[in-house]
Amino acid sequence: MSRDNVLVSADWAEKNLDAPGVVFVEVDEDTTAYDAGHIPGAIKLDWKKDLQDPVRRDFVNKQQFEALLSERGIANSDTVILYGGNNNWFAAYAYWYFKLYGHESVKLLDGGRKKWELDNRPLVKDAVSRPATQYTAKQPDVSIRAFRDEVVAAIGTKNLVDVRSPDEYAGRLLAPAHLPQEQAQRAGHIPTAVNVPWSKAANEDGTFKSNEELAAIYAEAGFDASKPTIAYCRIGERSSHTWFALHELLGYPDVKNYDGSWTEYGSLVGVPVALGDEPGEA
Amino acid sequence: MAGVDVAGCGAPDQAAPLPASVDLAKETVITGVVRAGDEPVPGAYVRLLDAGGEFTAEVVTSAAGEFRFFAAPGKWTLRALSRQGNGDTTISADRGVTQVALAVAAD
Repeated sequence: MSRDNVLVSADWAEKNLDAPGVVFVEVDEDTTAYDAGHIPGAIKLDWKKDLQDPVRRDFVNKQQFEALLSERGIANSDTVILYGGNNNWFAAYAYWYFKLYGHESVKLLDGGRKKWELDNRPLVKDAVSRPATQYTAKQPDVSIRAFRDEVVAAIGTKNLVDVRSPDEYAGRLLAPAHLPQEQAQRAGHIPTAVNVPWSKAANEDGTFKSNEELAAIYAEAGFDASKPTIAYCRIGERSSHTWFALHELLGYPDVKNYDGSWTEYGSLVGVPVALGDEPGEA
Repeated sequence: MAGVDVAGCGAPDQAAPLPASVDLAKETVITGVVRAGDEPVPGAYVRLLDAGGEFTAEVVTSAAGEFRFFAAPGKWTLRALSRQGNGDTTISADRGVTQVALAVAAD
């Protein structure tokens, strides 16, 4: 798979800000970053308000997704360039989501907001509005989404990749270290899951590492490229980043993101949990 | 103000006061200011690396250059990336609040 089909560089993006049929979309959990300055012409998507169902613990359904994209002015024929903060975590989540609903042309901006800012590229505060469209989504492609029963069944058989930090994997922390730690669910990881933190796939400036580097990182962690894979983290956005690396960059055919992730698994009754730095037994 | 939102993973507002729910007898808070010379650096990316050098978390500094992490007792490296340059420092943190000065300079 060619990188050019799934990833664009900041240079390419800056040259194509006004290109017809190209829509830049900033995706964040907290959109104050967008409001304080965004890529010229980019619209915003709020990870929580726009992409999560307000009542059930699930993301928006096909009709809600169609209404959202129509209202924001994204057409089925547009090439959507996604970027955001947190090293593109939420942008990668949105990428996975656009793929799930069958959008044809969607790419990530390599390095996301961070590289764009560190490079001193233009950011503007202008309000952006696009004419409404009639967007039609496809039925969700569940070949890239894992649910809990399938995750439990995968213990000891498929590659399970826990992409959280080593301390979260081992059970020493319950959340990323920029958040308070007290929460209800149990700490630890799914037995037999290998720990390959999402951050290993990225350079310091947020860009993805080369395919050669990526393949070596997963091979070293004991990842078997011949087996189907399920990636998870805490709430499914860091594992979207790894899903992107495995499925879109390395081109492994059967890779699913478990968006329920540790906040679901670590609250289930009766499932096995492993503590410590080793994967543990099935 | 975004405050601290434990439901998500986005970096909370770094200038917000510590939420009342944070128990400093249990939490290990690492906080400080990124400076270039004497000037605070807003919008710097501060990365928290564990004792093995592995990435743990990243936040963007506030308008006053402030950052904050909720970690665990132990040795940590803080690395800042900014338009004014980069810098890092290694610290030892215990429960409660550990204050860190983090300087950046052009290479």
